[in-house]
Order: sequence, then structure tokens, then C-alpha cells
Amino acid sequence: MTLAAINPADLLWSETLPGGAHTSFRMRRGNRLRLTDSEGGANLSALFINNDERSERYNMADTLKAQHTFHLTEGFVCYSDMGRVLCSLTADTLGWHDTVCGVSDAAQVSAKYGTASYQSHRNAMYRNGRDSLLIELEKWGLGKRDLVGNVNFFSKIAADADGNLQFQVGHSAPGSQVELRFEMNTLVLLSSCPHPLDPNPHYQPKPVLLEAYRGASPDQHDKCRNFRPENGRGFSNTERYFL
Amino acid sequence: MPIVESTLDPSNAIYDYTLPAGEPWLHTIKHGQTFRILDLEGNQAVDTLFYSAADHEERYSASDTIRHQGNLYLSAGSKLMSGEGNVLLTIVADTCGRHDTLGGACAAESNTVRYALDKKHMHSCRDSFLLAIGHADCGLAKRDIASNINFFMNVPVTADGQLTFADGISAPGKYVEMRAEMDVIALISNCPQLNNPCNAYNPTPVRLLIWD
Repeated sequence: MTLAAINPADLLWSETLPGGAHTSFRMRRGNRLRLTDSEGGANLSALFINNDERSERYNMADTLKAQHTFHLTEGFVCYSDMGRVLCSLTADTLGWHDTVCGVSDAAQVSAKYGTASYQSHRNAMYRNGRDSLLIELEKWGLGKRDLVGNVNFFSKIAADADGNLQFQVGHSAPGSQVELRFEMNTLVLLSSCPHPLDPNPHYQPKPVLLEAYRGASPDQHDKCRNFRPENGRGFSNTERYFL
Repeated sequence: MPIVESTLDPSNAIYDYTLPAGEPWLHTIKHGQTFRILDLEGNQAVDTLFYSAADHEERYSASDTIRHQGNLYLSAGSKLMSGEGNVLLTIVADTCGRHDTLGGACAAESNTVRYALDKKHMHSCRDSFLLAIGHADCGLAKRDIASNINFFMNVPVTADGQLTFADGISAPGKYVEMRAEMDVIALISNCPQLNNPCNAYNPTPVRLLIWD
């Protein structure tokens, strides 16, 4: 299944984030970002920060408990810690994105995959999610204190009744897509390093296609706003912020 | 859900304080000391954050802790990990069974989303955290408030990816006890939430003890 093609007149920019790379950019309120896992098996770690007030950021706990969920898919939104909606998942071909497992760090990557430094491997060096997001945060004058729980798009980690976590291999097939509609002016920070619980013993991060484009604003019948009553109040809080 | 009793005697504790419902607590626990939170009346959620006393940018990380143990719940044996890959504290005794890592702290802002816009002015953990750090002048700020532990809280996750709010499994007299593996700062909010069963709709005091 693929999402409808983006009208070329609406496309703002398009770029492939190579596997294991990192980037950050602003998304204006009202604009959309489509993420495509072109090869399958990608992991995209994401942080979202209110660009108008950077102490306000994506909050994992508020997102999960407001929507009574452990995962994200179409209909759910990403809440900030101030009761506002940073972005909505307006479309999703995959059905599950991870919210709790965080990112890999340097020690974990070298223990799992071995050493591949710049000296020996140049731009094929092994990178880790924590350092990658930290670098992007520092570009905006932010840092470790802003490195909070992230979303891992395209990854699924399920829990059994005892809370044991299981990474689902092969969850994201080639061509999986998710669309985010930004309800606030948001700083988006991304890393495409492998998921920390991915059992693949080889470092093989996958690329993600990023496409930013214009789309319709949410109206009163919007699916995400009406997904549950909590989201209606979240949208109301967000609208007030922009009055 | 291993139940492990402590061998420590409260009469030997060097610190023994009863924290009322709705109040914060900010305290240093030294490397090697043992810290106990005792649920006096049962099913009281204790929202807890830890920081390295030497560098508060190193702090308890929910995702690192979960990933390290491959499990969502904290119980006896769990290592409370920092974002730098170090162990802040180890849970050495627990008579409750399991503790939550996902539910976070209540706040005026999230209360408006979860319940109603007019619930904004109910007391919340976020207010307690900010009050404590606002007064302490210890260098902590809102940026340093990350995902906290909820001791004694029960938030089961289903196989199909839902989060459920179940009645707590704690009871009067249950406790969780942890050993500090480095000097840490503990920041607690004794949760005042009345809108869901995390405190069994009756926020109550908890007893905090420290042994050398």
C-alpha cells in the first residue's frame, strides 16, 4: 500500500537521509512531512521541539497516556509536555511505530557491531543514535538536557504480559510510509541509525526519504482531532497558542 | 515480579521522613547508601527522578533502563540507568512486585488534555517538581525534567499496543529499596492526581528512609 502521490505544486522539498545519518530542520505549522522507508527495515529516531519556545518538547509519557497507547499509528498525535499537539500522524501504511526504546549509544554500537572509525572507514563509520541526536541538538544551541525520549519510526517492539520486549524483525516492508502534519512550528531532529534492540549483528542502517509539502489544515472533522476526546482538547490548547 | 524482602531495620536508618501527599522532596543520596520508599497506606504513586550529583546532565533515562533490561517494568534487580550508560541505583528489595516506567508525571497541561480543560487548576506532580527546583537553586530547570519512574504504579501494556490504567498492585506497608551506585540527587513528587486510580483516588503520605 502506498500513500497518494504528492502534488508537485505542493512539494516544498525532498531529500533522502542516508542510513546512519542525521539531520534537523524546521517544519512550519500546517505543513506536512512524509517519511518513506524505501528499502525496508529502516529506523528513524525523531525528536520534536516547539521552535517558538524550545523548553517545550515532545513528551513520551503524555503522548502515551493521553491516548491510552503504547505505539503510534494513523490517528494518534505527538504531544508536547505543555498539552499541545506538535504533530499528527495523518496517514500510515505500517500500523506501528515505537515510542519507548530510545536510541543506541557509542558503547552499545561498538559492543554489538565492532569498531569502524572515520580513520578506517571514512563516511561508512559506525554512528549511534544518541551522539547523532546530540550533534543536531547542539546545532540549535541545545544539548544533553534536551535529549528526551524519542519516537522510532518504522520499528515495532511489542511487550508480553510480563513486560518483556521483543523487536519485530521485518516489520517495515520496502515502501512503508507515514505522514506527519505539523500543528506547531516544530524543530525536527532525526537520526537513521539502527534501532537499539535490532538483533541484526551487522551494522546496516537504511535510508529514509523525506518529503516536505503543503496540505490541507485540520478542520472540525479531522480524523486525528476526533480520534479520541483527549485529542479534541489537545487541538483546542494548540489553537489557543496561535491566537 | 520477584518479591524480595529487605534485611534492613528502620531503627538503624540515618534518615527517616514521612512525605505528605502532594509534596516534593529533593535530597542527595550518597554512593553506597540504601534508600527505601515505603507505601504507607497502599497504592500511592511516587514520581521519581534521579540525577548524578556530580553532573546533573547525567540523569535517569527511562529508555536506556528499559532497553538495558529488555523489560518495561522495574522490580528487584532492576538497574536504574543514566543516559551515559552508568548505573545510578540498583533495586535491591521490593515487596510490591513491579513499578511503572511509562506513565510519567501529571501536569496541569496534560490534565486539560486527559480529563477536561477546567481540570487545569488541580495540583500536579509537574508543579511539585518545578516548585522544588525553583526554590533549590541547584541548577535544575524544566529542561532537566525527563521521563520519571512511578513507584507503586501499575500501567500494563497489551500485546496489541494499548496502555491500560489498572488498579495498583501495591498495599499498605509495601516498599521498594535501592542502593545508590554513585552520589545521586533524588527528586520526588508524592503524586496528588485525583482523576485516575494511580493513587486509588486518595493520595497518601509515603515514608522515606536512608541507611548507610
